[in-house]
Amino acid sequence: MSTVSETPAIGLTHGGSEDTGLGQRGPQSKSIVVPYGFWLFVLSDMVLFSALFASYASLVHATDGGPTTAELFDRKLVAVETLALLLSSFVCGLAMITAKRKSMAWTQIWLLATGALGLVFLGIELFEFSKMIGEGAGPQRSAFLSSFFTLVGCHGAHVTAGLLWLGTMMAQIWAKGFRQDIVRRLLCFSVFWHALDIIWVAIFTIVYLIGTLP
Amino acid sequence: MTEHEPEALNVAPGEPHDSMVSETISYVVGLGLALLLTAVSFWVASTGVLWGPGVATGLVVLAIAQMGIHLVFFLHISSGPDNTNNVLALAFGVLIVLLVMIGTIFIMSHMDANMGPTPEVMNLQMQH
Repeated sequence: MSTVSETPAIGLTHGGSEDTGLGQRGPQSKSIVVPYGFWLFVLSDMVLFSALFASYASLVHATDGGPTTAELFDRKLVAVETLALLLSSFVCGLAMITAKRKSMAWTQIWLLATGALGLVFLGIELFEFSKMIGEGAGPQRSAFLSSFFTLVGCHGAHVTAGLLWLGTMMAQIWAKGFRQDIVRRLLCFSVFWHALDIIWVAIFTIVYLIGTLP
Repeated sequence: MTEHEPEALNVAPGEPHDSMVSETISYVVGLGLALLLTAVSFWVASTGVLWGPGVATGLVVLAIAQMGIHLVFFLHISSGPDNTNNVLALAFGVLIVLLVMIGTIFIMSHMDANMGPTPEVMNLQMQH
């Protein structure tokens, strides 16, 4: 698709051209620039998580005689968590579709479902954490558990922040309607929420499934 | 040539485009594939019929596949000309993630292998 009448290809030499470095049409509109900047933030967040994954992978066998991965993790709980977060991500997409059509009722319903499924996920995670800490497998027990709580807890903290953000977005849509800036924020939220699900895919595979292999 | 809108040349990541039906279908297909890959992951992890040492690698491959599904169907990252900026940013992100993870795991496992389990062994290594 080449609808743009480009200036002759002159490489990096802008001799005589009026190219400002912003393209022929000037800077992009806010509806592009803002989510793109947020996309860069999300990618840098993934870099942060990659460091936590790397430290987890380095320390996973440093159990100091304490409980190991196979003894601690319950695959059934993780399956429910995974399902809740995946469905939450999907429903968030449906909310974006209805928000684009400015359907207030459906957008609020789907966003509410997104939040409810997120709460289910967070509830199971907190239950798992409190059970582990009650069994004496808290973050201070071994290097493995420190890195486990850092990695999974950081993801949980992101989900918590996402839920708070979701609540404020629902209130903003309710109070101010589908204004351009509000829809832009909602788009950023959906990118954030989908990214959290992508990180969870890595967590349930590397931490829980590989950790409980026979 | 008609006056084209700036939006037609670049789309923001995660922004759905097209009709309502095709957008919904895209999400449903994504959900179906993600559910399938998740189910396969859990099955691979619990079944005994597969060659044991290869299971972990297989799980990682399945996870990467599922991340790709999420990127394409939920975040609408595509190879289209309107998506170049998003893809380039993603490629750089993936590069850094791989460098950090593979680099750390490679170096730390080698250091771990070179560090003896007891102080005596460590002393032996430091003597020559």
